[in-house]
Formats: sequence, C-alpha cells, structure tokens
Amino acid sequence: MAMTADTPSISAKLSHLQLLEAESIHIFREVAAEFQNPVMLYSIGKDSSVMLRLAQKAFHPGPIPFPLLHVDTGYKFREMLEFRDSYTRELGVNLIVHRNEEALRDGTNPARLGTQRCCGLLKTTALLDALRNHGFDAAFGGARRDEEKSRAKERIFSFRDSAGQWDPKNQRPELWNLYNGRIGPGESIRVFPLSNWTELDIWHYIHLEHIPIVPLYFAKERRMLVRGDSLIPVEQPFVKGLPGEEQWIRCRLRSLGCSPCTGAIRSDADTLPKIIAELVSFRSSERANRVIDHDQDGSMEIKKREGYF
Amino acid sequence: MPHLTEAPNARIDEVSSRPGDAPVPIPIEEFLAQEQSKDLLRFSTAGSVDDGKSTLIGRLLYDSQNVYEDHVRAVTRTQGTHALPTIDFAQLTDGLRAEREQGITIDVAYRYFSTSRRKFIIADTPGHEQYTRNMATGASTADLAIILLDARKGILTQSRRHAYIASLLGIPKLVAAVNKMDLVGYSQDVFEQHQRDLKALVARMGNIEIECIPVSALEGDNVVTRGENTPWYSGPSLLEYLETVPVAERHSRLSFRLPVQRVIRPHQHFRGFAGQIAAGTIYRGDTVVALPSGRKSRVQSISTFDGDLAQAQAPLSIVVTLEDELDISRGDVIASEEAPPQAAKNFEASLVWLHPQAMHIGKTYLLKHTTQTVKARVSSIRHRIDIETLAEQPADTLQMNAIGVVVVEANRALIVDSYNQNRSTGSFILIDPTSNATVGAGMIRQVIADGDGAYAEKDLLQASALLMVGNRPELAADLEERLLALRVAVVRTRVQNPDTWRALLHAGVVAIVESNESSELSIASLHGGQSELISEALAQGIAADHTASAHAVVEALIKKQIIAARIGDETK
Ligand SMILES: Nc1nc2c(ncn2[C@@H]2O[C@H](COP(=O)(O)OP(=O)(O)OP(=O)(O)O)[C@@H](O)[C@H]2O)c(=O)[nH]1
Ligand SMILES: [Mg+2]
Repeated sequence: MAMTADTPSISAKLSHLQLLEAESIHIFREVAAEFQNPVMLYSIGKDSSVMLRLAQKAFHPGPIPFPLLHVDTGYKFREMLEFRDSYTRELGVNLIVHRNEEALRDGTNPARLGTQRCCGLLKTTALLDALRNHGFDAAFGGARRDEEKSRAKERIFSFRDSAGQWDPKNQRPELWNLYNGRIGPGESIRVFPLSNWTELDIWHYIHLEHIPIVPLYFAKERRMLVRGDSLIPVEQPFVKGLPGEEQWIRCRLRSLGCSPCTGAIRSDADTLPKIIAELVSFRSSERANRVIDHDQDGSMEIKKREGYF
Repeated sequence: MPHLTEAPNARIDEVSSRPGDAPVPIPIEEFLAQEQSKDLLRFSTAGSVDDGKSTLIGRLLYDSQNVYEDHVRAVTRTQGTHALPTIDFAQLTDGLRAEREQGITIDVAYRYFSTSRRKFIIADTPGHEQYTRNMATGASTADLAIILLDARKGILTQSRRHAYIASLLGIPKLVAAVNKMDLVGYSQDVFEQHQRDLKALVARMGNIEIECIPVSALEGDNVVTRGENTPWYSGPSLLEYLETVPVAERHSRLSFRLPVQRVIRPHQHFRGFAGQIAAGTIYRGDTVVALPSGRKSRVQSISTFDGDLAQAQAPLSIVVTLEDELDISRGDVIASEEAPPQAAKNFEASLVWLHPQAMHIGKTYLLKHTTQTVKARVSSIRHRIDIETLAEQPADTLQMNAIGVVVVEANRALIVDSYNQNRSTGSFILIDPTSNATVGAGMIRQVIADGDGAYAEKDLLQASALLMVGNRPELAADLEERLLALRVAVVRTRVQNPDTWRALLHAGVVAIVESNESSELSIASLHGGQSELISEALAQGIAADHTASAHAVVEALIKKQIIAARIGDETK
C-alpha cells in the first residue's frame, strides 16, 4: 500500500489492507526463498491482477523471480487473452501458456461433454500436465477463502501428493506465519497468498492501487443469450440461441471463467466505485453465476481433491 | 455482499438502485474511507465436540446479515411435508463433505465478516480431540478466542485443553459462550454455576480475562441481539462484545527486528534485505546490528514498490539497504542496536505435540524459526501438563495433543525473543525430517546460557590470535564486541608478559593486548606451534594505520582463516 513517505507518526495504525498486503508479500518471499522452481498461476481475472501486483511489490526493485503460467482452455474470452498478452508484455514477465491440445483436437467442449468432464480435461488435466512437464514444485494460486466453503478450509501452503491431489482431512498444521514447505520428490505445494482477502478487499485494493483489469468487469452493451435469469455470452460457435434469445444487454462479468460457462450480470457499473457500490448491495456470491460450481453438492471440493485450483 | 444496516450502505443501495443516475463517487469514497479506518479483530472458536461452535458462527454470520442468499439456500432443508424450512447453521462453515456427512468439524474454516465498526476474521475450529492440531492452527493467529460450553455438560476435558492452548498461544482474552441455554430452560443458576467454574479455571492459567455470555446458537439468543429468554442477563450480546472489546496490541513493544527472508540484488548498486518486520519501528538513518555477525551499520533506505519510506513499523513487509557492505543472508536478523534479540542454541520452550507419532527425546527434527530452518533435538522434558488438573508431571515423551515444557538444543544459534515478548521471534515449529510432517509447535520461554554472557562456553569458536592494539581503548572495545558477536572467545589484557601471551594463544582465545604506548597495531597467530606475525602486507595495510577500524581487523582475521566464516544453511 502506498504510504506517504516521511510519515511523522511513530506507530500509525495500519489499515487492514496494509496488513493483508504485508502478509501476502511475506508469503511470496518465503516461497521464492524455499523452493527450487515456483510458478504463479495466472488466470487473468481480478484476483490474478492483484496477485501479480503483490508479486511485483515483494521483489521490488528486482524482477519477479518466477514465470507465470496460464492454463488456456481455449474458451476464454477474447478480451481476456488480449489483456493477458498486452499486460504481461508491458510488465516484462515471463508467461507460459499451456493448453490441452489433444483434448481440444478431439472437440472437447462443455456442450458436448458436460461441464464436469470439460473442466476435468481442459483445466485440471491441463494444469497437472503443465506443472509436471515444467517440474514446478510450488504454484501460487489466487484463490480466496471467502469464495467457497471448501476453500475456506484450505491452508496457505497446501500440500499436494505426487498426483497433484489435495487431502482435506489430513492437512499439515499451519501455525503463525511459519509455513512448512518441505516436500518429497514429485510432491508440490499450492500457495495461496490471497487466502485472507475478501472480494471487497480485492476491489478496494484495485481501486486504491489503480491496478489494470480486464474490461469485461465493466458494464457495457454486449451480445448475450438471454435464458431465464441467465445471461450467456455469445462467443463460441456452439453457444447458439433460439430465435429472440440473442440480445444486446448492458451487463458485465463479476468473475471471469470460460465464456460458455460464465454468466454475466445485468449492470450499469462502468467504474470501480460503481462496481464496489454494486458489490456491497449484492445478495448472492460471486460464484453464483458460474455453472460449474453447481453441478453437485461439494463439486468444488471434488475438483480440488483431483488437483484443480 | 453482506448487507450493512448502517447509513453508508443505505446510500450505496440508493445509488445502485437508480441506474445511470446520480454520480456514485462521493458516498462510495466515504464508505471506503470508513472501511479503511475499521480495525481488525481475529478470533477463533474453541471447546469440546458438539458444543455448537459452528452453529454459533453460522448464526452470528446469518443474523448480522453477512451470508449470501445462495449460500443460505444451499444449507436450508425442509424435513417432512408440513415442516418449515430450517437452516443448518453449522453447514455454513462445515465446508467439507466428510464434515457434513459426520456432522462434525474436521479442519479450521476461515470466515470473514464486517460490521459498521469492525472487520473480523473468524477461525472456526474443530472440537474433536483428534483434530486438536487444527484448533491450534486456528488459534495461533487469533487475538481472542470464544470458548463454548454446552450448558448441559459444563467444562469438559477438551474445553480445558483448548482454554489452556489458547492461553499458551498468548491469546489474552477469552469469551465464554455458555451455549444451548434453550435446553436448560434458560436457567440463571446453571449459567452462574458455569461462570464460576470458568473463572476458577482461567484464574489458574495466568493473566487472562474472561467474559461469560449465555447464548443459544440454535435460537439466536444473545448472539447478535439480546434475547427475551434471559431477562436476568444484563451484559452484551456476543456480537456487541466482539465489536467493542479493545483489540489487544498485536505487536510487541520490543525494538526493531527484521528477520531477513531474501537478499534482493537486481544490479551491482542495490543490495537490499527483504523481510516482514517482526517488531518495532525503523527509521532511515537508524543504526542497526546484523545478527549473528554482530556487525553494525546504518539504514540507508527503506525501499518499497511505492517509493522509499522514512520509517516503517511491524508488521509491514519492506526492503532495507545499509550504508556498509555487510554479509547478511536469509536467516539473519537485522535489529535495533539497542536491546537486540539474543542468540541461543539452547532454550526452554512450551511444546504442543501435533503428530500421532510421539515425540522422541534426542531425535533430530528440523526446526523452523522465523526465516531459518536448522536441525534440533529435544534434549529433555521438564514436565508435561496434566490437562485434567493442569498439574505439572514428569514425562519422558509427549504423545499427540500433549503439552509440555521442554529443553531444545539447536545445531546452530537462533536469534530469539521469548514468545510472551514477541510471537514471531518467539515461536517455532518442528518438522519430521523423514515424513516432512509438521509435528510440534513451540513457544520459547527462555534462553539457557551456561557460562557468562549471552553465549554458552562450548558454543564459542576456537581461534587463536594476539591483537596488540597499544593505547586504543575504543578500538579494543569495538573489537571485543564484534568478536563476541561472532562467537569467538575473547580476553582483554594489559599484561605485557610474552609467556602469558603464549599461554593465551595455546588456550585458543583471541587476546586483545592493550598497553599505555601508542605503538603500532600488530597481529600474531599460532603457526606450527610457533607464534608468527601475520604477513607484512597485513601489518602495513591495517595494522600500521593509526585509524585502523575494528571492522578491518576482523575482516583480516577472517581472510587469514584465523576465524572461521559462518557455515551455510545445513538443511539445504
Ligand atoms: N438445542 C440446541 N442445539 C444446539 C445449539 N447449538 C448447537 N446445537 C446443536 O448441536 C449439534 C452440534 O453443533 P455444531 O455446531 O456442529 O457443534 P461444534 O461445536 O461445531 O462441533 P465440532 O466442530 O465437531 O466440535 C448440532 O446438532 C446443533 O444443531 C443450541 O444452542 N441449542
Ligand atoms: Mg464445528
């Protein structure tokens, strides 16, 4: 957090965002110091944007000492990919993009296989392959504990066995800020530097720090498929509406995923303050618009056990 | 997002419900300013299995309008055709499938909420004895613990264990929620009996405050609002208490300490030491000491991404650069020169054992303390705590969930404070070197020094040299301090007898020989049993110079390998 230089007071009260920032930076540095080959999962969303800024802060004035990895399902929004390429180029960070080309060649998409199998192949398998191929021993993820109740259970240093799996019933104790990063061959640690941030904290920080984010978060007129309460973005050829279902709607995305599975919300919030104001008035969680989390009870936990972030 | 009932929210709502209308920025900026000024209270739950911890947290979140509708819907069930839908509050936090199936909490759930006054981070922990390690995890970062009792059962072993762990972890405040009051007819007598027992219990744990509140997590009495069922109770509701209890000073009053995590060296002209401040405040220009080397320098800059700072306080994460080129690496501590932490290989600590495989005296574990990991052993157990009676009893091992006071012997000196002075420089974990499991959580009570001064005799580095300094008392003092910091045995003498000098050399000490003459500085060391004047170049380079600095002399001794340089991280 920006603190004015030459602050005279002896022990000014730190804001909770300053405390969160200090904690996250500490986590980044511990990982960089203790692991041979860490990587940061970069999903292009708002949390990744904040995570990237915190990584810059952690190693300033040096460069970020690890690459970024984007697992591209092939169904990400065009605006996300454009943002990814221009922003990472501007920062001069090392970006690795990995896709499960084989599954994509076989025509994997959520309409054909259902969301669960599609996610399994294009996200989880792709991620595990990428981590294994590059031999990454630690991977930062931007998940927050306030997102979902199985995430609320996860450690900051989350141990994964050699198959990349999480065992929620047998997590390592994690006391104070003493993280145990010791692993055996093939094992790895997922690290969550944003664990204690809430959705409001993220937006608040983006606002205060002027952090660039994908324009999809801001409201504008977009071509949408309107089905019941859902607004489904029309980007992929297999997303086809019935006559009259496709409309121009003023809307935005609250969380970014794959275009066929991430619903938009009707909104006029085209500035950060308006987004925050809207957020404070929300009655539903940010993942309520994600098709994939609702497949069945505990579906996030199941995906996480299998190696999903 | 959780609805706030206060004014700022009403204005935000108003704005967002009139799309495209009045400009938003002013009220939202006010709202954010208010957000920024709220303080943060971290609390954890404690108590025996099924006392109602998760139900209470669910109720607290729900009644204070801090739960999303889709999350409430997901835990609402209608049993039978005519029954009203009921919310299973515990399931708002019991987020694992196994937890929902078994109806118990297995691991900590972290929840976040805020009211108009405060922000809260809750760690809802499991009561089951098997998962005590997860309770300790949640409590280790808490400022306050809510200890629950089932009004029908009162204090159970696990309530006592949790209260004791909370006190060990230095949580200064406990609030006891005497729960399930609905099942004892909201009886004042029952509540008062439990209150007496609780006060008696914590009185034996030292300096802890306790507040008792009668609640029903299921019905909501005295959780957010005061209930009508307890007219005899005039104290605050749980939320009222949490919103107003003074937040304890999170960081200790110790002077500046920065455990170094990493050296940041983007180019030749910048060498910064990165870390999170563990205590105190640092100002640009302050004199600091690097430990364990004991070398001093001044802070040249406090550098952050957002620009240089004139000062920084705990717990900010910063990078400092120093005016002199000191050899500092991960695991070292940069501290204020006044009252720096102690270097210790041996110390007494409270230890909570977290693993099914019992602790072994003498076994080598890895010990992680601040930013360094060293090999260490538990050399003895002073006593174990009997959780039933809190009495100290002899023991030769600690089983899972046992708590004791032990003596730890590390392979290398750690730079420590006692835990009650500072959580971060006073805590450590033990890791099993084979399984990599975290097996113990320790809190340093005191350093054990056998012998004079800060360092135990046997830890001193053997080195032999005579430093003839003549009449330079300041140089002599400076040399003595630097050498001691390097753990070198040093004597200062004014005896001018060559036989004494030779004896000192053979005894393996560095002798600083002072005299009344302003003679040239010279250095002698042992070589093949004979004393030898160190090379001409050295004698001329540093010794002949009247302004010779202690720093230059020590550097020369290291270069000549009279003093061994520090050994690297042995666990890597
Ligand atoms: N009648 C009554 N039942 C309650 C109350 N609070 C909790 N319960 C019930 O007690 C049982 C256990 O509640 P939990 O909240 O899961 O208990 P817990 O302390 O979180 O249990 P662990 O986390 O497993 O240690 C559930 O069936 C609750 O509905 C209360 O105030 N009154
Ligand atoms: Mg529970």
